[in-house]
Amino acid sequence: MSNPGATEPRELHRRLQAIWANLPGFGTLSAVNHTSIGRRFMVTGAFFFLVGGLLAMLIRTQLALPEQDIVGAHLYNQLFTMHGTVMMFLFAIPILEGFAIYMVPKLIGARDLVFPRISSLGYYCYLFGGMIILFSLFFGVAPDSGWFMYTPLSGSEFSPGPGSDVWLLGVTFVEISALAAGVELTVSILRSRSQGMTLRHMPILCWYLLAMSLMIVFGFPPLILASILLEIERATGLIFFEVAGGGDPILWQHLFWLFGHPEVYIIFLPAAGIVSTVLPVFAQRPIVGYRWLVLAIILTGFISFGLWVHHMFTVGIPHLAQAFFSVASMLVAIPTGIQIFAWLATLWTGRVIFSLPMLWIFGFLVIFVAGGLTGVMLALAPFNWQVHDTHFVVAHMHYVLVGGMFFPLIAGLYYWLPQLTGRMPSDLLGKTGFWLTFLGFNGTFLVMHLTGLLGMPRRVYTYASGTGWEWTNLVSSLGGFVMAAGVAMIILDVALHFRYGQRAPRNPWNADTLEWATAMPPAPYNFASLAPLPTRHPLWDNPELGESMAQGQHGLTSTGHGRRETYGSDAVTGRILHIIHLPTNSWWPLAAALSLAVVFMGLLLRIYPLALVGVGVTAVFVLRWSWENGVHPNAAPLNVSEPEDYPLHSRTQDGPGLWGMVVALMANGTLYLSLLFGWFYLWTVAPLWTLPPENPLSLAPLLLSGVLLTLAVIGYQQLVTGLRRRRGRPLKRQLWWVTGLGLGHFLLLLWVLVSAPLEGTVRAHDAVLTVMLYYLLIHSGTGVVLTALQGLRVGYGYVSHNLPYETIVLRPFWLYTLGIYWLGLAAFVLLPMAWGGG
Amino acid sequence: MVPSIATVLAGISLLILSGCSGPYSTLDPASQSAREVAIIWWWMFAVSVQVLLGVVALWLYAMFRPQRHFSQPRAQRIQNQWVIWGGLVLPTVAIIPLLVFGLPVGHRMLPLPLEEGEPVTIQVTGHQWWWQVRYPQQGIELQDEMHLPAGVPVDIELTSADVIHSFWVPRLGRKLDAIPAYHHVLRLQADEPGVYYGQCAEFCGFGHAHMLITVHVHSLEDYNAWLEEVGDE
Repeated sequence: MSNPGATEPRELHRRLQAIWANLPGFGTLSAVNHTSIGRRFMVTGAFFFLVGGLLAMLIRTQLALPEQDIVGAHLYNQLFTMHGTVMMFLFAIPILEGFAIYMVPKLIGARDLVFPRISSLGYYCYLFGGMIILFSLFFGVAPDSGWFMYTPLSGSEFSPGPGSDVWLLGVTFVEISALAAGVELTVSILRSRSQGMTLRHMPILCWYLLAMSLMIVFGFPPLILASILLEIERATGLIFFEVAGGGDPILWQHLFWLFGHPEVYIIFLPAAGIVSTVLPVFAQRPIVGYRWLVLAIILTGFISFGLWVHHMFTVGIPHLAQAFFSVASMLVAIPTGIQIFAWLATLWTGRVIFSLPMLWIFGFLVIFVAGGLTGVMLALAPFNWQVHDTHFVVAHMHYVLVGGMFFPLIAGLYYWLPQLTGRMPSDLLGKTGFWLTFLGFNGTFLVMHLTGLLGMPRRVYTYASGTGWEWTNLVSSLGGFVMAAGVAMIILDVALHFRYGQRAPRNPWNADTLEWATAMPPAPYNFASLAPLPTRHPLWDNPELGESMAQGQHGLTSTGHGRRETYGSDAVTGRILHIIHLPTNSWWPLAAALSLAVVFMGLLLRIYPLALVGVGVTAVFVLRWSWENGVHPNAAPLNVSEPEDYPLHSRTQDGPGLWGMVVALMANGTLYLSLLFGWFYLWTVAPLWTLPPENPLSLAPLLLSGVLLTLAVIGYQQLVTGLRRRRGRPLKRQLWWVTGLGLGHFLLLLWVLVSAPLEGTVRAHDAVLTVMLYYLLIHSGTGVVLTALQGLRVGYGYVSHNLPYETIVLRPFWLYTLGIYWLGLAAFVLLPMAWGGG
Repeated sequence: MVPSIATVLAGISLLILSGCSGPYSTLDPASQSAREVAIIWWWMFAVSVQVLLGVVALWLYAMFRPQRHFSQPRAQRIQNQWVIWGGLVLPTVAIIPLLVFGLPVGHRMLPLPLEEGEPVTIQVTGHQWWWQVRYPQQGIELQDEMHLPAGVPVDIELTSADVIHSFWVPRLGRKLDAIPAYHHVLRLQADEPGVYYGQCAEFCGFGHAHMLITVHVHSLEDYNAWLEEVGDE
């Protein structure tokens, strides 16, 4: 406690504000702060929710009576496709990402996420991708093949217009933001917790958000790969899903649902985390069964990757496999049951205060349990064969998603609204909103189960009289409008509370978690000083903690250096290892996202030179962005005072960047494995799989190229070993050697690709091979460029034996490149040779 | 006059059953396999309603019951009991019978080899947006219309000429996707002569809502007579 006395609290806040504030006016677009970015995510997500809801109202209007022709099949197909797409990709996932981005640093006692510029990039990718998707509706070219875009319907032959391209490119653009959030949240939760917050001291919400982030890291790449492949097929005719040349439309379904099922839990887990956070506060006791819950979260994460096939029970997969996936799907009931009964036990042993958030949690319970039960039913293959693709499934998934996500979200909205804005909402409006939503929802979807059992398929724009579906559809439509009125009431409540809401007292619900220790609304730096947090319930253990943190009585209060700082800690024990200096407001993320938008628009409008230019400009922007790291004058230059207690992370050999690299490579590796899966799947299952007369790739240059790559990586390894020992041969020369060897490898590989007689438009075999070669090339090329930049940075004095951090961060990338090269060679060239084909 | 309980029950069940009938209703089965699924549904429905009501009632009781103080060890015991009985035992106990009864039902629906004789084979090809129905032995070809014998297993060989469709006649049983280049077999067996209706279940584009099929089920004699008559043409 040496420094705090030096600065008077008000002065400390003024100085921190100067360091952490967004730029004024339009400068706010350069904001990287997690509170700002999180809020923007959530507001944008709420906007898209209203768009999706409006589409739903149009759908219900069309279906209210039989044989109506209000919108017609053409528009109806766009409406339901867009409703699903908007709700899933532009509302549910982003708003929860935004929630996590906003919340995580506040929960773990940090000042920001560890990669603030990535937060900003993610937001702009989401915004621009979402706009591309939304505007397609106004131009009448919205996607219309259903939100899971089954091929061949979504392919170029049966959907020649730009609709499918809008979906594939727009969603992929948006998914950049999901992956960005997945990586940065994972690393932030693991590496920037305040002193003493071991894993078992993490607030339960952190476990949920950690699981969500990791599931994004492993769950999204299959979809991104599938989207890339389908877009390539549509644009260039390379064959992946088209049966005629040895592709298979079922491969699309596998890749889509490999993502699609985990995605349900990516949405559900954070929402369940809200329940596990809010409920104990209103029961005024710690959550019961913390360890049970952590176990349930981990189980859910794992199981959810093993049951995607239950979306495909009617495609004719062998019954034994279906039985396996039936069992796996039903197993999810166990972790879900554990959570529900842990919540019940918490209520049972607590002193319950009934309030508006609890009302929404009650609504969640009723609807979600009902949805879970129909989920178990649907997991049974023979029942699924009857009701699959009917309105029964539509009803089921709305019970799970609206019950499991929307209701907890609104509970969270009412719970955290005072924290966000400093004002309380109206109880009366809130309750009216709840009951309208709850009754309207059940009015819409309860009877829809019956509609499905009576045989009404989903995605029909109309139906005949005499089918028995007339009254159930009318009830559903009426219920839908009641629910819309409920949502309107919530919006009204939130809108009015800004003006008429009472000022919220500090920590109005007597909560236990640290986000209530910030100012309300929070300052961009969250906390004026960072306290040790060896507890799950910091504010219950010490109600004065918020005060003492605001007074600057804890760590990290020096401001003279002008850096944004937070603690970097050990992933398990929460021991402080270093101080992370964070980037300040930056225009590079916006610039990169804008140039990416040019890439995507170029691809969408099929102006490929424009897209190519966009790629080049994006690369320049991103590399220029990466230049402002370490001791660069805009980051943490050497001539400014360094902290005495802990080193800055860029002066060490271990920091968030290294973890970020590894987590990003895990996502990348999942993409690569998905490609391998596709290769083996097509090879073994595709009905018209054909092999070229002879192997189009020549082995000798591939082996030689691999040897050069191996030498480059060995060189890089030695260089890093030298750096770790803080001695060794001249750094710059070594880096240039690695660059040279890598370049040789790259050029040889490029030559193999150019000279090979690959006919991807004739057979899928060659198409997948082509993609694999490009994938390897992109990695080799990136490795070469980044290593060359390291060489340059040595010249500027940004990298040296005393500043080895960046070079160490790059090492996993080279190892990965080496791994995929030899694995690819084995799987794509050697294994087929051994099989005697190709 | 006060109606007897039996009358009321009979009235209610009649009401429910009439509400469950319909040209496409899975709850108005007309084949063994559709009937077995409907029975499974009613069982699952009954058990699920009880679970749902039970959980909701417990939840409400937990929230509004008179408050008591629990010592930490006591709370710990209660917690373990709830989680183990509700979270582990309840789902397991519910799932096992479901699988034990459910999976064999699925197995019986498969096109297994018959003990005697050969099933009638019909080829069905999905098109945007109509069903092409072929009787290969007789050289008959129909559009959006199918004729079957009652009480005899029929194998429908499904494929598609363009996008993925799904063949489904709800009252006769399960649906199966028609996928280009794949030839999957769907086994159906209608109980009684009659007219049944089907509709494409997998979204297949603009005309999806109007991709219907009418299935005429005849007695075996009538069916053979029909084959003779039409096949001669």
